[in-house]
Amino acid sequence: MTDDRIVAVTMPKWGLSMQLGKITDWAVAEGDDVGVGDDLADIETDKIAGTLEAADAGTVRRIIAEVGEDVPVSGTIALIAPAGVSDADLDAAVQEARAVIDAGVPDEAGGEPVVETAEVGGRQVRYVGAGQDGDVVLFVHGYGGDRNSWLFLQAPLAAKYRVYALDLPGHGTSSKDVGDGSVGLLADAVIGVLDAIGADRAHLAGHSLGGAVALSAAARNPARIRSLTLIAPAGFGRDINAGYLRGFADAQTRRELKPVVVQLFADESLVTRQVVDDLLAYKRLDGVDEALHTLLGTLLSPDGETQGIDAAAAVAAIGGAVPVTVVWGTEDRIIPSGQAEAVPGAAVHLLDGAGHMAHLERPAEVQAAIEEAIAAAPPG
Amino acid sequence: MTDTLERKTLTREQLLDAYRTMRTIREFEERVHREFATGEIPGFVHLYAGEEASAAGVCLNLDDRDTIASTHRGHGHCIAKGVDVGEMMAEIYGRRTGSCHGKGGSMHIADLSKGMLGANGIVGGGPPLICGTALAAKIKGTGGVSVAFFGDGGSNQGTTLESMNLACVWNLPAVFIAENNGYAESTASAWSVASDNIADRAAGFGMPGVIVDGFDFFATYEAAREAIARARQGGGPTLIEMKFTRYFGHFEGDQQTYRADEVAHARAELDCLERFAARVTETAELSRADLDALDAEIGAEIDKAVDDAKAAPLPTEADLLTDVYVRY
Amino acid sequence: MARNITYREALNEALTQEMERDESVIVMGEDNAGGEGAPGEHDAWGGVLGVTKGLYHKFPGRVLDTPISESAFIGAAIGAATAGMRPVAELMFVDFMGVCFDQIYNQAAKFRYMFGGKAVTPVVIRTMYGAGLRAAAQHSQCLYPLFTHIPGLKVVLPATPYDAKGMLIQAIRDNDPVIFFEHKALYDTAGPVPEESYTVPFGEANVVREGGDVTIVTLGRMVHTSLDAAAQLAASGVECEVVDLRTTSPLDEDTVLESVEGTGRVVVVDEAHPRCSIATDISALIAQKAFGALQAPIEMVNAPHTPVPFSSALEDCYIPDAQRVVNAVKTVTGWTR
Repeated sequence: MTDDRIVAVTMPKWGLSMQLGKITDWAVAEGDDVGVGDDLADIETDKIAGTLEAADAGTVRRIIAEVGEDVPVSGTIALIAPAGVSDADLDAAVQEARAVIDAGVPDEAGGEPVVETAEVGGRQVRYVGAGQDGDVVLFVHGYGGDRNSWLFLQAPLAAKYRVYALDLPGHGTSSKDVGDGSVGLLADAVIGVLDAIGADRAHLAGHSLGGAVALSAAARNPARIRSLTLIAPAGFGRDINAGYLRGFADAQTRRELKPVVVQLFADESLVTRQVVDDLLAYKRLDGVDEALHTLLGTLLSPDGETQGIDAAAAVAAIGGAVPVTVVWGTEDRIIPSGQAEAVPGAAVHLLDGAGHMAHLERPAEVQAAIEEAIAAAPPG
Repeated sequence: MTDTLERKTLTREQLLDAYRTMRTIREFEERVHREFATGEIPGFVHLYAGEEASAAGVCLNLDDRDTIASTHRGHGHCIAKGVDVGEMMAEIYGRRTGSCHGKGGSMHIADLSKGMLGANGIVGGGPPLICGTALAAKIKGTGGVSVAFFGDGGSNQGTTLESMNLACVWNLPAVFIAENNGYAESTASAWSVASDNIADRAAGFGMPGVIVDGFDFFATYEAAREAIARARQGGGPTLIEMKFTRYFGHFEGDQQTYRADEVAHARAELDCLERFAARVTETAELSRADLDALDAEIGAEIDKAVDDAKAAPLPTEADLLTDVYVRY
Repeated sequence: MARNITYREALNEALTQEMERDESVIVMGEDNAGGEGAPGEHDAWGGVLGVTKGLYHKFPGRVLDTPISESAFIGAAIGAATAGMRPVAELMFVDFMGVCFDQIYNQAAKFRYMFGGKAVTPVVIRTMYGAGLRAAAQHSQCLYPLFTHIPGLKVVLPATPYDAKGMLIQAIRDNDPVIFFEHKALYDTAGPVPEESYTVPFGEANVVREGGDVTIVTLGRMVHTSLDAAAQLAASGVECEVVDLRTTSPLDEDTVLESVEGTGRVVVVDEAHPRCSIATDISALIAQKAFGALQAPIEMVNAPHTPVPFSSALEDCYIPDAQRVVNAVKTVTGWTR
């Protein structure tokens, strides 16, 4: 850059395997002023759709990437610069950026991260890892999810930590047999992955059912877990959207699944056709139907309406030995955010206007909460 | 022709069974013949009267492991394989209580639970299917045998010839029964079958061919027994040709002007039931009283079957769209 | 884990996984292994285009070569199906249906109904269809409209490796007779396919491309032709929605009609001949049930009503190509009363 006041807005890396993103809509035009956190553009990858937020304040001087074109990760898509920067400098920067976009993605750029397998209790548990140094952080997804749930968080956190995400039994590409479907069995998988990684100690971050699982894993051996970040966790109240859970398990077609899945988000436009298709393809794998229905028996009480998981025992077993952070979207339509108050001794972050999938809707804030949790954990 | 003199001794139970089967078929067919003339039975029926010894002789050697496929002239085979007579009659009348809930009719009566793969409206439709059930039995090791009944007309159909070859190539536990009643519809088999006997074709496929007096239960039973045992033991297929005549037309309503007077002669001189009765009473294996008792019982059974069928409900419009997925 | 494999490999994988899972699944057909009775190698072919390669040795006794007697062995597959097996028989080229069609449409298709619901016939008949290999008139036909016309048969045409594997697994597990159409020109095409077993339901069309201007309803190989046309049209600002029927029987009417309600303009692309084809069937459906939504008459793109010609120059004219689809789209978008 000829003028170092020019700030490049770049294509983010959402997920370890992402190589290309596509702008589907610009929220700003040349000449607009933006503040930190303002929406800049809607972006779609082959895995997910999301909104890029401004990391810097200033005036948008150039929009470089066009709607609908593929841009390599880290490619510059727009320029933010104060009024004083000359057009000549901006145009030069634009030219440079365009060359990168037009060149496309080199064949061996990045590539898929290696998927490892841990054998736990006769089941194959798959996980991916990234990052070279620092503390081990293991992500645990929720009901019907998989390791790709953490798309927006993996790459940025991998810069500072050794970040892992697993597919729970019954999910992703792990074995689909969930046995009795208990939280304990799922926690075994988490511990099995920690063993496979060789992590004596780790931070756990879990979402929804994954939150209860992370808690249960911590209860097994509190000394091993340095911190717990729970995003909209199950187990802290009676209320839960049983209709959503049953609907998700029972849906057979796109038509049946979409109205169910949109309930996960405050911003329903995040549920693209690709998202629904991918979920449908997952649900059609052998064994998934049985797994999801068995897990309903864990998530729901015999009355079929209230939560079946009670975190009290796990909390008692941990006895305050592990610092807990809770993140919850206030517009959560699956588990009400009021249950955050029931998590004893936790640092609570309520995200105004976010739904159940806070880590997908408000990744920057969730990332910040996780980093805070990691930093605040006692050293060791 | 195989001689009936050399016969395995049948038990009293088996002889009663044989007579019961043949008499039931005869009474069933004679009754359907009479009822059809009243106009109450829809569609076509093709009657087996006169041929009873074939169905009875073969099926007495079979059990529930075994499968048979039949022709449009299938009532006899159905009865011999144990399909419920009442349900058969109801099916012929197109009633909801019929074997196929009124959806098949005379030509498609089936009961897979009894190994009866169905009467078949397509000449030559059965033999390929029998290759399949025989294959299944062989792979699953059930010891089951599959028997394809077809007529002299069916013996010329490509499907039949291909099936015989396939059964020999795959060494299947199958038996092919060519029921040569002299006519394929109105065309004489003497003309339409190029070789002197249908059974002569067996040599062309590398399997044994046997010619049997189809009016003689003991002959049909014995030939079938040997062929079925061979098949069961893994010795491969056999082709048996039953020679006899049918007492009625190709279908009910057939004026049969293509025939001479062979039926009258057969009824008088060759009839399988008369011959069976004469023989077993002569040897005192069964008594006339035994046979009369069966006659009476069967007569009543058929009467009841007809009465029940006439009184039974017809299928409704709602039944039209069941048993096949429909999206249109 | 999904990885890129070919349509052929996807089919082979489906067969392998189902034969591992269920002992009653058997395979039969001409040269499905190859070399039977011959002095050289067994499994010499694995099917004329290699789809069944390797199964013969992996599953001894369950892959049966047959003499050239379609009515006998297709009938045998059907008979075996009524007796508790799940046979996957191969009718090598659908053009050969003439020598065994009775067993398919008078026997298998009708057992369930004719026998009052008391029979199940879980047979799969795999068959190759379609032009493009210069195989000429008797080895290049589509013919799926003939099978679609018969009540009691399920007729499926996967267009991608993902669909090929999932739909073959579904077909094997289905208790009705399924005629499984494989376009010969698709065997070498590749796409992402999960390693695990999975199913794709019948009666569910797939919207492979979303768009608001024109609905293209299509199936089989023509899905790819339609996508090529759609890409070309997108450059000039016309966004096509491409609906892959996947199965003609059962048919997903709802997805088709929903798309038409959204665009109001329809092109149906079908490699079969124009008379009594899937194109005419879909057109009638739309005209009857979505008439109010139509902004223009329905356009159909078919092969011509001729046998498939041999010469490359002619066959290339015969097969509907992207340009013809583009032209049809322009007709419906440019139509005024």
